[in-house]
Amino acid sequence: MHKEKAKRVGLFIPCYVDAFHPDVGIATLELLERFGVEVDYPFDQTCCGQPMTNSGCHAESAATEALFVKSFQDYDYVVAPSGSCVHHVRYNLDAIAQTDAVRKVQQSTFELVEFLHDILKVEAFPWAEFPHRVAYHSNCNALRGLGHASMSELRVEPFSKPLDLLRKVRGIEVVQLARPDECCGFGGTFSVFEEGVSSKMGHDKVRDQSQSGAEYVVSADSSCMMHQQGCAERAGVPLKYIHIAQVLNGASA
Amino acid sequence: MNDNQAAIQAAMLGAELATSGMLHPELAAPSDESVVKEGRRLEHAEGTSRPIRPPSEPQPRGARIRGNRRVSQSEAANRFIAATQHEKMHDERLWDLRQKRDRVMHRIPEWEELRSLASAIKEHTLTHLDEYLDQFEANARSNGIHVHWARDGAEHNRIVHEILREHGATSLIKSKSMLTEECGFRTYMASVGIEVIETDLGERIQQLDNEDPSHVVVPAVHKLRTDVAQVFAKTLGTDPGNSNVHYLAEAQREATRPLILKADAGMTGANFVVAETGTFVVCTNEGNADLSANVPKLHIASIGIEKLIPSLEHLAVFVRLLSRSALGSPITQYTSHFRGPRVGGEMHVVLVDNGRSKRLGMEEFWTSLKCIRCGACMNTCPVYRRSGGLSYGATYSGPIGLIIDPTFNRHKYSALPFSSTLNGSCTNVCPVKINIHEQIAAWRKVMAENHELPLMKKSAMKAAGALLAHPTLYRAAIASADVALNVLPRFALYNRLNAWGKHREVPHAPRQTFHSWYRKNRGTP
Repeated sequence: MHKEKAKRVGLFIPCYVDAFHPDVGIATLELLERFGVEVDYPFDQTCCGQPMTNSGCHAESAATEALFVKSFQDYDYVVAPSGSCVHHVRYNLDAIAQTDAVRKVQQSTFELVEFLHDILKVEAFPWAEFPHRVAYHSNCNALRGLGHASMSELRVEPFSKPLDLLRKVRGIEVVQLARPDECCGFGGTFSVFEEGVSSKMGHDKVRDQSQSGAEYVVSADSSCMMHQQGCAERAGVPLKYIHIAQVLNGASA
Repeated sequence: MNDNQAAIQAAMLGAELATSGMLHPELAAPSDESVVKEGRRLEHAEGTSRPIRPPSEPQPRGARIRGNRRVSQSEAANRFIAATQHEKMHDERLWDLRQKRDRVMHRIPEWEELRSLASAIKEHTLTHLDEYLDQFEANARSNGIHVHWARDGAEHNRIVHEILREHGATSLIKSKSMLTEECGFRTYMASVGIEVIETDLGERIQQLDNEDPSHVVVPAVHKLRTDVAQVFAKTLGTDPGNSNVHYLAEAQREATRPLILKADAGMTGANFVVAETGTFVVCTNEGNADLSANVPKLHIASIGIEKLIPSLEHLAVFVRLLSRSALGSPITQYTSHFRGPRVGGEMHVVLVDNGRSKRLGMEEFWTSLKCIRCGACMNTCPVYRRSGGLSYGATYSGPIGLIIDPTFNRHKYSALPFSSTLNGSCTNVCPVKINIHEQIAAWRKVMAENHELPLMKKSAMKAAGALLAHPTLYRAAIASADVALNVLPRFALYNRLNAWGKHREVPHAPRQTFHSWYRKNRGTP
């Protein structure tokens, strides 16, 4: 941990986390502060632009991307509890002119798990205990876009950054899914514009999670879990969904 | 009820569900045969006392095609999903192929290196395509092969028709070829009175059912056995109640073999075309291409110009990748090299462009020409598995279809690039490393820029973009609503049908946003 050189971190709380999962934002903030990180939350932030870009509407995304860069260009690091949004910032922030400021923000933006694992190199979460059986949900952008873990399609040495972190939590038991890397069908705007397939994939994912024996589903992305929880509640499945930031920050349930 | 009580109740409910063997209907597999009654499995006698013939669900048909109008993949996908037996079978069958692919992939230590090599060979060949095509033509001619060039599907069909007419041929047996699907070949041949007989079993089923192939490798994978029984009953006179696969396969064989034996001409495609030797290679599992090529004296091969590779040493890389990626088998049962006409026979190759040169000039999309038609991207695609290939309403379906089809007709296929979650699994399984999901995203941009988005989507994005670019407006919009849901995420709910809530519960709106919590607890900066 680089406590000696206090780096300034800009906290990016994606729009849907802000609106629907404020507890995830709070856990992220508190967790970073536990490691002595100086965290600042720029008030003018809104969104990274992904919803528009994902729909092909780059022109409509430009002003939002520009605002993002303006809000975060002065920090050493930008950290967000969302693989999906970080993936957009790092690789797809291309609706605006590619200035030095844009490149700097792209290079300094990290998803929370990456930041804990690769930058802070956290070795322990002494306050964290989660005596439950959990299934981990890999968001596709975090998995295949950011390289959170080895992907089942590739012939590579197995590894997993989020599971490395979760294994440091007392009492936790991680169970396997039958289709661990299968997309849950959220897909951003896909979830409403292609509602039928999206819901079917979500219900299939929930069935897999349910059959794994998990009590909780843990993920680094609230967006996928918002979709999955919606499916689970509709189906009457008693699964609970919790963000990895909350588990690592010592949430008990 | 506090959280603790809720947790206890949920746990009790979970335990109850587990012990009773009952799950919510949404979670129970619709055609699960291991029926549990009163907590125990059905006894053998009870199990077999059920009707032998399963209730047959009508086969969902593909996308509705209306001239040049935009094809709605999701409309057809919803009908496929509603046919629960078909959807479940389709998803599981293709997922099984994906798993088999994973298993054989793990047995090849140099797998990722092979993919890189294959990609590099294809990129090299495509960027020197003119030279390799000339080289192939010269070498093929010296091998005694007649070489023809077709600018498009219509020209291909005319050339083949002309060759057949010169030989007085009225019947043609052919092996499966996606290129001839592109060309509308069967329809054309029917219009000029030439009988075409598909020899690939799956393709034959599709031909008899007057339906396009739904998958590049397993063309009838969307059909249940009972669907095939219906098709064969109507066309071959089999017992409609008998869906035994051996019975059906044998009936088809009995009916088709005589047609094969007396056909005037044979047609194949090609998987790989070797410039250095002037030869081509066809990979099949049924041996039907060899029948098509070798039974009649006249062999015509229809080949897309992107199939070129420089030499035989390169072929080895692709042969190792193709069947492993496609079906999870080490190699296809038949890998046949065609080197020239046999004694007394005649061999023609028709090299077809049909939009490939144009695609080669598209900066973001030219690498889609590396595709070797293994179908791995379809097998792994969670959208494809739940939609069926015919829902795409185009020659190519699944992830590769999303990036190829719009090159044929941008407007008609303008919605296809949105039939993806951009999860990226397709890119990872692709043996020639096409960045499929990135190209899908790039096509979305092309569609938006060319005014191909539905008005509703476009205006939703405009509204979202305007709101999210202005912090004050955005905060005001959220603050003025009791429930953030009413406004946000606007892009997610800007839909008259409230699509989110159709099969899902809407998210619970918290008491306050993170933003207001921070303001309250950490003060204004």
